Amino acid sequence: MERIPILQVGEFLIVSIQVDLHDRLALRLQDELTSQVVKTRAKGVLIDISSLEIVDSFIGRLLNNIASMTRIIGAGTVVVGMRPLVAITIVELGLSLINVKTALNVDQGMALLRIMVNSTIEEGSDEPDNR
Amino acid sequence: MNTNVQNRIAEVLTRDEQTLLSDWLREQTSALTARQDLIPEADLRNQSAEFLALITSVCRSGSLSDIYTLEWKPVRDFLDSISASRVRLGFSTSETATFIFSLKQPVFNRLQQALAGETSFLIEDIWTATVLLDKLGLYTTESYIKTRETVIKRQQMEMLELSTPVVKLWDGIVAIPLIGTLDSARTLVVMENLLQSIVDTSSNIAIIDITGVPTVDTLVAQHLLKTASAARLMGAQCLISGIRPQIAQTMVHLGVEFGDIVTKASLADALAYAFRHLGHNVVKQTTFN
Repeated sequence: MERIPILQVGEFLIVSIQVDLHDRLALRLQDELTSQVVKTRAKGVLIDISSLEIVDSFIGRLLNNIASMTRIIGAGTVVVGMRPLVAITIVELGLSLINVKTALNVDQGMALLRIMVNSTIEEGSDEPDNR
Repeated sequence: MNTNVQNRIAEVLTRDEQTLLSDWLREQTSALTARQDLIPEADLRNQSAEFLALITSVCRSGSLSDIYTLEWKPVRDFLDSISASRVRLGFSTSETATFIFSLKQPVFNRLQQALAGETSFLIEDIWTATVLLDKLGLYTTESYIKTRETVIKRQQMEMLELSTPVVKLWDGIVAIPLIGTLDSARTLVVMENLLQSIVDTSSNIAIIDITGVPTVDTLVAQHLLKTASAARLMGAQCLISGIRPQIAQTMVHLGVEFGDIVTKASLADALAYAFRHLGHNVVKQTTFN
């Protein structure tokens, strides 16, 4: 059964979605990601969706849910590399992905994660400042 | 019997082609809708002669009651080309249709002379000729309007392309100055262009400048909001600049809200905000060499 690899880099987890994200695979990713966050005590999760061409309302909601879940267990989530047409589709679907932080590419996503983690440590709050 | 009518009309058209042509030209030039300023008389004469030749040959072979048959194709093509050229020259609809309708009088006069004693034939012939010329006239009008519409469509497309340039202001800052009313079709083009350029230049900040947008109603605001949300999803921040005082007032009266999108009065303010946001510092040089 196919699965999406979750890589650990320091205190962050990196997920790069390279295949068509169908519903069952997405739910499995949600399961594994949350347990990995707890297991590795990661401080941040980066999800690269630059290869993802189709996002429906289910996947959109799931991304939002993953972000909320990881925050509850103490890790921020950044989604990077969303394609323009995917972004337009999500907006037209009426999803706002309010809990998801975004960045243009992996590089900027990692920078954002570091800022989020640092501000969490310094201020002791769960609300990283909105860069 | 129908062929008789046809023969007689063809006969009338061919009998004295030169005088018919000059009579027709006189009708065209003396009509109120004549535009001698737009088309030289020699051209008009050539067009009229060509049309007479075409219609005469078709009258012999084709049916007079239906101008959409294969025999009439040359005539229709000719009328299409005439309408198209007159659209470009600046003729109005009725001025263009007069080309056909002014042929009526000369033809009727000739029919009257040819069938002086035979009233029933005369009425039948005049009726057939009227119906035919009316159809041709209407066809000309339709073709004229069709040409006009293609011109309008082309201009709309050109406007769509012209109106959405995305400019790079600085490393990581792109701006799109919007000019004209925003409708759904245009917003989609704007959105796609802007988002694509965000990817291409990997910019963190996108400034939408609406100085050139005359009115901002709820619909336009919604379009702008959508663009900003899409940009946020891609990891860029959207600023809206160029909001004039009147527009600010209208928006508040309408209850339009931009939510948490940063809005500024001018592009300069937005650029200053973007610089601060990206950590750039603009310092005025005080020493001169």
